[in-house]
Amino acid sequence: MNKLVIASVSPGTSVQDAGRFGAQRYGLVPSGAVDRLAMAAANALLGNALFAATIELGPLNSVLTAKGGAVRVALTGATRPADVAGQPVAMNATVTLADGESLNLGVARAGTFGYLAIEGGIRGEPMFGSLAVNARAGLGSPYPRPLQAGDELQVMAASSTSDKRIDMPATVDGPIRVVMGPQDDEFSDAKDLFLGSNWTISATSDRMGYRLEGPVIKHLHGHNIVSDGTVNGSIQVPGNGQPIVLMPDRGTSGGYPKIATVISTDLGRFGQTQPGKPFRFKAVTMAEAQAEYRAFAELLQSLPGRVHDSNILMLDIKALLSANVAGIAVSATDDDTWQVAVPADAQD
Amino acid sequence: MVAALSPPRILPSGDAAITVEFSRTIDEQANRRVLALDKLVAASAVPGVTETVPTYRSLLVHYDPLQVGFDVLGERLTELALQPLPEEKAVRRWKIPVAYGGENGIDLEDVAKALDITPDEVVARHVGGDYKVAMIGFTPGWSYLSGLPSSMQMSRRQNPRLLTPPGTISIGGIQTGVQCLAGPSGWHLLGRTPVRTYQLGREPTFLLEPGDAITFAAVDDKTFAEQDHAAEAGEIVAELLSS
Repeated sequence: MNKLVIASVSPGTSVQDAGRFGAQRYGLVPSGAVDRLAMAAANALLGNALFAATIELGPLNSVLTAKGGAVRVALTGATRPADVAGQPVAMNATVTLADGESLNLGVARAGTFGYLAIEGGIRGEPMFGSLAVNARAGLGSPYPRPLQAGDELQVMAASSTSDKRIDMPATVDGPIRVVMGPQDDEFSDAKDLFLGSNWTISATSDRMGYRLEGPVIKHLHGHNIVSDGTVNGSIQVPGNGQPIVLMPDRGTSGGYPKIATVISTDLGRFGQTQPGKPFRFKAVTMAEAQAEYRAFAELLQSLPGRVHDSNILMLDIKALLSANVAGIAVSATDDDTWQVAVPADAQD
Repeated sequence: MVAALSPPRILPSGDAAITVEFSRTIDEQANRRVLALDKLVAASAVPGVTETVPTYRSLLVHYDPLQVGFDVLGERLTELALQPLPEEKAVRRWKIPVAYGGENGIDLEDVAKALDITPDEVVARHVGGDYKVAMIGFTPGWSYLSGLPSSMQMSRRQNPRLLTPPGTISIGGIQTGVQCLAGPSGWHLLGRTPVRTYQLGREPTFLLEPGDAITFAAVDDKTFAEQDHAAEAGEIVAELLSS
């Protein structure tokens, strides 16, 4: 049996898929990947189901080693240096690790979570239809906790398919879009302050919630409401007036007023925002948010069609321009520099 | 003739969930309407609805925007919420054993002092309550019960504890709770139950449903230890009094 051995691992690394649904009424939160687009792209590169379980990589260094035979993987998400035996490994592309070879992952330069998909997926026992780790509930497989050095994932032997790369959709910049509510009537002028100010994500954030730092958001009637249900992206405002955006490991209910909710399409982009980097929120209508939802669903389904053989040079003028603007030396005729520079840049 | 029901507030919780709010406060009638709507939504197989989460005062309805939009679903939920409430039928009632005080309930003495009664009287009042599972939330199996006698309602602790034991039975405000997993809590800890409201590998995984009635029964430490052992092995040590 081939294995991918975790030789060393960044904190905050865990097996994640689309999550487990249907038991929020019992207090069991779905969990699942923070950045679904990046996770689906990693799976698309390997011909896996789009929401097959992947390794969600925390932002620091990790080393993963193939044992018992070759293992094929694909890396997406947060831009980071990566190499195998000193040879650079491109983002948004597949790489095959020969038996005993290690994939060395450096510190994320842009974004927070990387996604490492493995050809054929990760072997494990689904609980409520998912391998996703929810450490508090003791759920997740093969390990019901974040990954640790020494852990071994059972995987299939690498196929002989040619290496692939994926044209990632152009990264959307701009404010994180929200739908106001459900408790925006617990705030008055504070709503303008919320939408008109710069925010940063605190370093104490995790998969339960991202704590925001910015102006104090004052409540009209105090900060205690009777607990009600939460969703991914609920922005609750506790007593200190510093909002918390609820993430996939959130509690299923909460007792602070929720001023707004991040739209589904922007959850991944928000989740990848690095601590300390300023950003803003923007309110959109429900019609806009749901149109974006449909477009995002189509985008996810389009990912397999964006996968190409790595050795075929695709002339993508937009990517070429953006690569040149960034000032990185890229030769449009040299396959190697092209592969390394473009995907990394296109992700920024 | 019953008074006409007021329409609930239909609030957006992002682009894939609706909060159907019946009240802003903890309210027995609102909770009845929440649980009734929850049943109706399940029975009517409303298109696009993926799961529902009942709470004290609102029903959170998750849906798939590819199948149904906010306006259409909001109207459908309002219609269902205005249907007459069903007669209160006999509900499932569970007897939950609790070892009160000592290491199992480290706040029992303080609660007694605050209420100016003896610890035994605190236990008697708590056991004397007639409770209902109003909602389950926060962490798996954490069951929030309504029905705490008004004579033992007190505000939460100033400093929440970061870690409280699994099975903790506690009171906070006008509620009492059955906690399953170890975790943070700002409530007053009265005791522990050997009952696992959530247990992997057991059938059912989740023991209690919103709407279930609960009676507490005091047990001694020896009984607690025996039942805890049995429960660990997967036995259901809560007694079903009626179903």
